[in-house]
Amino acid sequence: MAKQTEELAWRVGGPQGSGVDTAAGIFQRACAIGGLHVFGRREYYSNIKGRHSYYDVRVAHHPLTTHRESVDLLTTFEPESLTRHAMAVVPGGAIIFNSKDANVAFSRLIYLENRIRADIEAYLDAKGLPKTTAGLLEDAKQRGVQVYSVPYDEITKELGKRLGVPKAIADRTLNTLAVAISAALLEFPKEYVIKGIEKTWPGRQKIIDMNIQAVELAYEYVRENLDTEHFQFRMDVEAEHPPRLLLNGNQAVALGKMAGGMTFQSYYPISPATDESFFLEANNTFPLRNGQQGNVVVVQTEDEISAIGMALGAALAGARAATATSGPGFALMTEMFSWAGANETPVVITIYQRGGPSTGMPTRTDQGDLLFAIRGGQGDFPRIVMASGSLEEAFYDAAQAFNYAERYQVPVVHLVDKAMSSYTQTVDVFDLSKVKIDRGALYKPGPDAEQSTKPYPRFQFTETGISPRPFLGQPGGTHWYTGVEHTVEGRVNEDPVIREMMMEKRCNKIQLAKKEIPTEEKFQVYGDPNASFTILTWGSNKGAILEAIERLKNDGIPARLLQVRILWPFPGEELIPYLETAKPSVLVEANYTGQMAQLLRQETTYDVDHLVVKYSGRPFSGESLYEVFKNIAAGKADQRIVVRNPME
Amino acid sequence: MAVGAKPKISPKVYKPDYPIDWCPGCGDYGIISALQQALARMGVPRHQVAVFGGIGCSGKAQYYMNTYGIHTLHGRPVPFATGARLANPELYTIVVSGDGDSLGIGAGHFVAAGRRNVNLTYIMFNNEVYGLTKGQAAPTLPLGMRTKAMAAPNMQGAVNGLMLALATGYTWIGRGYAYDIRGLADLMVQAIQHPGLAFLDVIQPCPTYNDIHTKEWYAGKDIGRPRLYSLQEEGYDPVIPEGASQEVMNQKMLQFLQKAAEWDDRIPIGVFWDNHNISTFEDRIAERTPGYFENPPGRQPIADEDGTTLVDLTPVFEKLLMA
Repeated sequence: MAKQTEELAWRVGGPQGSGVDTAAGIFQRACAIGGLHVFGRREYYSNIKGRHSYYDVRVAHHPLTTHRESVDLLTTFEPESLTRHAMAVVPGGAIIFNSKDANVAFSRLIYLENRIRADIEAYLDAKGLPKTTAGLLEDAKQRGVQVYSVPYDEITKELGKRLGVPKAIADRTLNTLAVAISAALLEFPKEYVIKGIEKTWPGRQKIIDMNIQAVELAYEYVRENLDTEHFQFRMDVEAEHPPRLLLNGNQAVALGKMAGGMTFQSYYPISPATDESFFLEANNTFPLRNGQQGNVVVVQTEDEISAIGMALGAALAGARAATATSGPGFALMTEMFSWAGANETPVVITIYQRGGPSTGMPTRTDQGDLLFAIRGGQGDFPRIVMASGSLEEAFYDAAQAFNYAERYQVPVVHLVDKAMSSYTQTVDVFDLSKVKIDRGALYKPGPDAEQSTKPYPRFQFTETGISPRPFLGQPGGTHWYTGVEHTVEGRVNEDPVIREMMMEKRCNKIQLAKKEIPTEEKFQVYGDPNASFTILTWGSNKGAILEAIERLKNDGIPARLLQVRILWPFPGEELIPYLETAKPSVLVEANYTGQMAQLLRQETTYDVDHLVVKYSGRPFSGESLYEVFKNIAAGKADQRIVVRNPME
Repeated sequence: MAVGAKPKISPKVYKPDYPIDWCPGCGDYGIISALQQALARMGVPRHQVAVFGGIGCSGKAQYYMNTYGIHTLHGRPVPFATGARLANPELYTIVVSGDGDSLGIGAGHFVAAGRRNVNLTYIMFNNEVYGLTKGQAAPTLPLGMRTKAMAAPNMQGAVNGLMLALATGYTWIGRGYAYDIRGLADLMVQAIQHPGLAFLDVIQPCPTYNDIHTKEWYAGKDIGRPRLYSLQEEGYDPVIPEGASQEVMNQKMLQFLQKAAEWDDRIPIGVFWDNHNISTFEDRIAERTPGYFENPPGRQPIADEDGTTLVDLTPVFEKLLMA
């Protein structure tokens, strides 16, 4: 009898539109309700139906910060997923496949890329195995992987009979069956799978009932037909645990914006940002602690130009306003981004980075927009660029972004990426008492404001460079905003002295921000703070690195991680003491040129010893970085290291 | 609110104490005077007015209003104005935008604005040329026409802004003439009071660059009678009755199109379309967002005295809580 395992990497694959997400959702909810920690990552094409997608769900009795590329239990119901992922399953793990896929020629898989097919065929050739799914299953067996042939058609036929519905209706439970067969193999308590189903379709009793029947049948089927003796994984629930949120990055950002008092978001649909606005719109009203009803207005605009334009208009009228987009959308926004800088107007732009250049890879991850965010827009003007490294950070940062924007009256870019947008994770319930609101310097109308006939000096020169800001509609506050160089009242002015003073007023605010923002908000140190093995990173790579350095520690190699959270103004001076003692220094980022490495050189003059990049459009995992760091520690690594996995 | 011909407050309160740098004789002077008179007749406190301009000569208009004035980017006053109005639905939100601003670089926003019907007053300065860049053809200059600033006759046709406004859903559509300040102010009062998106096409000579459609041309010096005439004086009824049948709508659209197509010898001004039967975007938001008008985005309290967020996300967390 197999022992309980500490963690499990489960993968489900299938054509888009076939319910892969639903299956992963049920499995994640079942595990999360059972008190397990969950980390999910989703890979998919820019396609609605037919192309291959897959979902990795890693579950454990300890907190997780990253996914795994290796798989303990693979669930498939069609031959393409079986073909793509069979080789990723570890010895002692298992593959569940549809009986009718036992011997399928790769030529039948129309969406399987020629390169992947050729690689798999070469692999099988080298082993003298047939170049079909049968060959892959044989290879799996030889590697000690259990293969379970499941006749899904017969099971749904039987289910249809039991429920008194046609087979075509019973076929809709295929995702649930796949989850339940996995769960049964793991001897995971059935009642939690049922809870996962109830949470997936709340209030839709008919669907729930049908799916519960499918669960019963799946457990029955496994008990009666499958030999689980050599399958080495078993997962049980946690007896006691706090209830946690299960959410993805889009939702974490949306919740952070709501918590941070954002009341207006305008957006143009773009992958992978759209789900954030969808979530906001679906949850657009909420209570306020003063007993009133709060709300957020969400507007879908005609383009990204309008998306930032409306947000700016709303910001001028007093709203905390934002937009969410990706690189191509930000490209359209840059003229107004510069307007925001010129007019000292607080606005937050969440950029979900995806593969570039141009349209690039809309549904794959990348960190190629860092320098664009820092440099985008015509002319010199201050902006703050921040990046989150986890879903918790994404929540608190999304709220904090408005404080920076309003305190310094600058546009703020909050960088996340596709990987984080679709990572799902169990997190502790966010603590709203920690969410502070700082609206910065605001104009307050005096008692005689209505009688005022003079324009208000909105851009008046002050010691800090920050001038109190009236909202459109406030008495006594009338003035002008303009993208043209202007006087304190916002009148067009090209006087060289006024010009110099205005440039200084605006640009000095970035020095103020640099001075005022506490170091711990600029970057965080993880691992062993005294270690010389120094890893630097920004954004969503953090979780993978944390796991990798934990494993290094177990190998007796202490390492520390410097995660830069505010990329502009860049905390160069504060980083220098760490760079001085770094041996080696390793920078990890998911882009081609090493954009943070360039920034680091510019701001500190330091070059890193090793630049670790990945630009396949897939995120780093803890296990892949662990291998990289081990090689670096052994002195066996090049200066530039490209992390690759041809089968992701 | 009944608005008389007499100002409730002096139009002077809307005049800031700065020099104006439009060319002498520019139609823009008439437009800005009419706007000041319209607001004065309505008695709108100047801080409740926000004027959004684009780029070009029209984009200077907001500087000549002693209200909130927002000089946005080329073609972009509509997005800014929309955001501001939705954040503060009590704001008198006025867009001043040129023909190139509206129907060239900003045409996408022009179209989208019609679909939304936000309560904005959209005043289009229509002189058929790009003045500030020295006289190139604007999207309203007819095909084949060559003004003195152009190297060759116009190779592109003109957009009919009135028809585009109808096609995209503007609920009030009118046209005025920049040198008819009194008539223009009347139209502006109606446009501002209209509950929804109002489009006012203001035709105006450009004495510097448009040497074809000049003041004299509009006055019909060449044909012995004025080219401009009032739709309303001829009995044109722009009002779309509540619950109008398809037949009535067809008839209304037909008369609209006939009048909107008139040009050259007879050019109609007045109200072309007045439809109160389409909900405003603000109403649509309120329907989906209870509490919107009480707590619009620009005025919603978001923090307590300690600076802690007032937002309570418990009901949202509930949906994501795994218990």
